[in-house]
Amino acid sequence: MNNRSLISINDYSKEEILQVLKTAEEFEANPRQKILKNHVIASLFFEPSTRTRLSFESAINQLGGRIIGFTDASSSSVKKGESLRDTIETVSLYSDLIVMRHPLEGSARFASEINDTPVINAGDGANQHPTQCLLDLYSIKQTQNRLDNLDIALVGDLKYGRTVHSLVIAMSMFKNIRFHLVSPIELKLPRSIKDFIVANGHSYKQYTDISAVINNIDILYMTRIQQERFADQLEYERVKNSYVLENSMLDNSRDNLRILHPMPRVNEIDENVDSNKKAHYFQQAQNGVFVRQALLATILGLR
Amino acid sequence: MENKKTELKVSALENGTVIDHIPAGHVLQVMRILNLENFEDQIYFGANLDSKKYGKKGIIKVTNRFFKDVEINKISLVAPTATLIEIRDFDVTKKSGVNIPDTVEGFAKCINPKCITNHQQITTKFYVTDKVNLKMKCHYCEKITKKDDVEFL
Repeated sequence: MNNRSLISINDYSKEEILQVLKTAEEFEANPRQKILKNHVIASLFFEPSTRTRLSFESAINQLGGRIIGFTDASSSSVKKGESLRDTIETVSLYSDLIVMRHPLEGSARFASEINDTPVINAGDGANQHPTQCLLDLYSIKQTQNRLDNLDIALVGDLKYGRTVHSLVIAMSMFKNIRFHLVSPIELKLPRSIKDFIVANGHSYKQYTDISAVINNIDILYMTRIQQERFADQLEYERVKNSYVLENSMLDNSRDNLRILHPMPRVNEIDENVDSNKKAHYFQQAQNGVFVRQALLATILGLR
Repeated sequence: MENKKTELKVSALENGTVIDHIPAGHVLQVMRILNLENFEDQIYFGANLDSKKYGKKGIIKVTNRFFKDVEINKISLVAPTATLIEIRDFDVTKKSGVNIPDTVEGFAKCINPKCITNHQQITTKFYVTDKVNLKMKCHYCEKITKKDDVEFL
């Protein structure tokens, strides 16, 4: 896997994913190994992203690497009209690996094929965000000690949510997953992905209310419902509270239940949940550092 | 009778290729896809000709030009019914249909307005995922472009 870009979660086999997760455990135990002290990593954020960028930069810094780059396109030569090809060609001369976020879909794949410098996709529009997917898998494994035989509830905007689609596809590589899909009618998981679940030997059920599933699941993966997704604003007002998690709703849930959220959260998880031991979304955000360290080390041939 | 007439027209070429049974309205598109607009030898083409099989059809005859499968399969996206007839010394030496290729490179447009290929100078590339009801997956943005949505560059 050395010198191989990570553009889409579909680029990695199940074995490769498990290997990255295993390496991430090593970094969780010891995140400050100076293995990147002779490396320069380019961090090209053509659109702003606080969490992903800081998580990558923290991962690189903790490994002793140097970072060059920009945090939004307005402060780069892109503003002058430079093509993505030229930007990547140039930055490749200055760095060993490129971390890139870009608003256009397919931009990361294109960047990875310009020359031999490996690229890690930190999000290309609504297309792929594979490091998020890997840290979600890591968090599930960390809390349940397995990736097979799980009841996973996905809540919120299942129609447009990129992280949800990637997670479903990645989890389908494992065995015997029961997906519980909780969303407003307007924002149900697309048919093609539901077909994918069944074709891979798993099952799903659909609900419109969290309370219908909350006592029978191992993972509760919350996402935000955006008001602008609704054509009918009255409908939004009517359903929005069905997708807000309150601490009292967890009273009869399984002991091993853990709550995940790709963040940022707005109001879909009440702050009174934060102190519950089942809340795992901040650890999940921290896991992003370990998983990204594992990826950097793997792709640069240091693991 | 119709067939005989067609044969006669075909025989009029000494050497070259006849592309017959092009769906009506797609002749110019086929010319463009095969880059015949810049071809310097003689080309005859007809549109909206009567066809027993298809009602209306188009036909293109290209003098002293033969096509490789890779080239000709490009037209299968717009003209899946096309028949290719190669003529050498006034004789038909080969007659064949067209096949939808596994990958489509450089001449179709991705339907996704947010795809990088619609914003920068990048050669498009698709993987054909369904040859019956044409569906192509973009190599870059991974979105599917369907038959009715295919546009050519």
